[in-house]
Amino acid sequence: MPLKLVFTLCTIFLLIASGALGALTAEQIVSQANQASYYAGKDGRANVKMTITDKNGGTRNREFTILRLNGQKGDQKFYVYFRAPADVHQMVFLVWKNIERDDDRWLWLPALNLQKRIAPGDKRTSFVGSDFLYEDVSGRGIDEDRHELVEEKEDYYLIKSVPKDPSSVEFTWFQTWIDKETFLPKRAEYYQRNGNRYREVEAVKIETVGGFPTVTIAEARDLNSGSVTRNSFSEIEYNIGLQERIFTERFLRRPPREISR
Amino acid sequence: MMKKPAPFFILAVIAGSCWFAVSAAAADLGEFGQFNGFADARYGARLQSDSYQKQTTLAETRLQLGLFRLGGSSTLQLRTDIYYDDVVEQKSVDLKEGSGWIDLREANLLFSPHSLVDLKVGRQILTWGTGDLLFINDLFPKDWQAFFIGRDVEYLKAPSDAVLISLFPGWFNIDIAYTPRFDPDRYIRGERLSYWNPGLNRIAGRDAVVSPSTPDRWFSDDEIAVRLTKNISGYETALYFYDGYWKSPVGFDPLAATALFPRLSVYGASLRGNLGPGVANLEIGYYDSRHDRSGDDPFLPNSEWRFLAGYEQEVVRNVTLAGQYYLEALQRYDAYESTASAATARDPYRHLVTLRLTWLMLNQNLNLSLFCYYSPTDEDIYLRPALKYKLTDAWQLSAGANIFYGRYDHTFFAQFNQNTNLYTGVRYSF
Repeated sequence: MPLKLVFTLCTIFLLIASGALGALTAEQIVSQANQASYYAGKDGRANVKMTITDKNGGTRNREFTILRLNGQKGDQKFYVYFRAPADVHQMVFLVWKNIERDDDRWLWLPALNLQKRIAPGDKRTSFVGSDFLYEDVSGRGIDEDRHELVEEKEDYYLIKSVPKDPSSVEFTWFQTWIDKETFLPKRAEYYQRNGNRYREVEAVKIETVGGFPTVTIAEARDLNSGSVTRNSFSEIEYNIGLQERIFTERFLRRPPREISR
Repeated sequence: MMKKPAPFFILAVIAGSCWFAVSAAAADLGEFGQFNGFADARYGARLQSDSYQKQTTLAETRLQLGLFRLGGSSTLQLRTDIYYDDVVEQKSVDLKEGSGWIDLREANLLFSPHSLVDLKVGRQILTWGTGDLLFINDLFPKDWQAFFIGRDVEYLKAPSDAVLISLFPGWFNIDIAYTPRFDPDRYIRGERLSYWNPGLNRIAGRDAVVSPSTPDRWFSDDEIAVRLTKNISGYETALYFYDGYWKSPVGFDPLAATALFPRLSVYGASLRGNLGPGVANLEIGYYDSRHDRSGDDPFLPNSEWRFLAGYEQEVVRNVTLAGQYYLEALQRYDAYESTASAATARDPYRHLVTLRLTWLMLNQNLNLSLFCYYSPTDEDIYLRPALKYKLTDAWQLSAGANIFYGRYDHTFFAQFNQNTNLYTGVRYSF
């Protein structure tokens, strides 16, 4: 039998066996959602207005600009420049997200002219005191959970994810509603051991920017504390030609012009 | 000391090229700018009486104004403090010391004459090295007074009047900081904090304010600091060189009977990167005390090796623990010992360990921290407990203490024994 025919038959057999003709597996859906959420374009920028509202209605505000550059094999670099509140003005949070090892993270303290290295630490700690976690900003590794397709409707997939290492996280499991058209997660709910839902993240508004479906308003709610954080994104751009050198000490000392929009 | 005027043509060339660069850069500024600052009031007092000092260690109100402009290829940073200090007698304005009523923190212009070169010219804060509140290769000026009385930790770094030239040829980076006129530390001189005076062989304060002879001739009493860095997949490696002076008046001129800043060169290296669940750092430096290489001059410091190893880790969510081991190894100890006073002579090795505990609470609005220095060889300790609470985005309350204790009066931290103090402050940022 000609070799080519063997290959073709084998391929057809595998495709049928894996159900790949049409239906996606849970892992494929999660992988595509990860791409849509965190890897749109080669690079991107956005201004973020963050409002944290506590259960008594007190608010705190943060404003920052995020620059992102995609690298090889899923690695990424992030440059987060703070504009407000005044006491963190001009600080920069720099992350080299590494898929195969711990992330490298630095904080630039302008008054000390100091590039402080931050321990890789716990990615499930609050980002700048808000209800968003570091992992919400830079993405959770898709191999850290076992994913299961629980429900498929006309417009969404419902995925249940259970951590492979339960001791590394504060939740027992979470479920995500992923939009079938854009592959953006529209809503995620986190559950604790006792079955309590205690945390929600929601894409409140999705718009298409530069050809990429983009979450322009996101909200995280801590149901235990009653605190809510809303992020509004503006001045979003993709494929602006960010250079890798921006993500180094040189541009901590002198912010790149890309932050100034 | 006689001031030697710098040769006119050097000044003219520098002034001319600066004017050209500054005007080109200034034309480019203006795309993006921010104005900000804060008002800060602080009070601190000794917990015990000190016969050489006032009870109050800190009583000041301060207004900081900052302007930041970002252009296409240049940035301008202006930041100054205007303050009223009620502890030390009001002096005339001295921009170098930051005394009087104005402390100019930053006034600099950064621009790129070439895509691989950055120049930062003017008054600036310079920092490098890997230590946490310990410095080996960072020989830029520090303000120890501010550190020991409870000003915000940013005031530990005093400004330099310098030109920072950064080169980015590709496979490594070079920074050259040239300070045309020596910028000493804002060291402990006795007017606010008491200290060990080796001449008097006792603790002294306002009765014996140190007034050293400070090298101050432009372009000859200068300093140069060089750093080569390379980031190897997240591991930051660096080589350092410094040529200048000891930053505090650790020498003594017996003929003139004044303290002085002896010549110093430093050669060093450092490494920092992720290790296991935390961050580790290593740093080493050789302090070449150029005027006492043989070690037999009792009035000048001997050369030293200095070494530092540190580790930091988030141990529980929102709780970070960091530790460092630091060593000073005195060279030519036999020569030192033969001339030093037996009662106050130091050991050949000074070991020091530090511990930092940081606990973030209430959505990171409350920051509790404890920094501890302990030297088993000097048998002394310095504790810095501190609390910061962000009442709102604009208002911040802080409180803390500086606690010194030791067995002997002459060791580094124990000499400040009578300065143990408690402080509190409030800040409004805008």
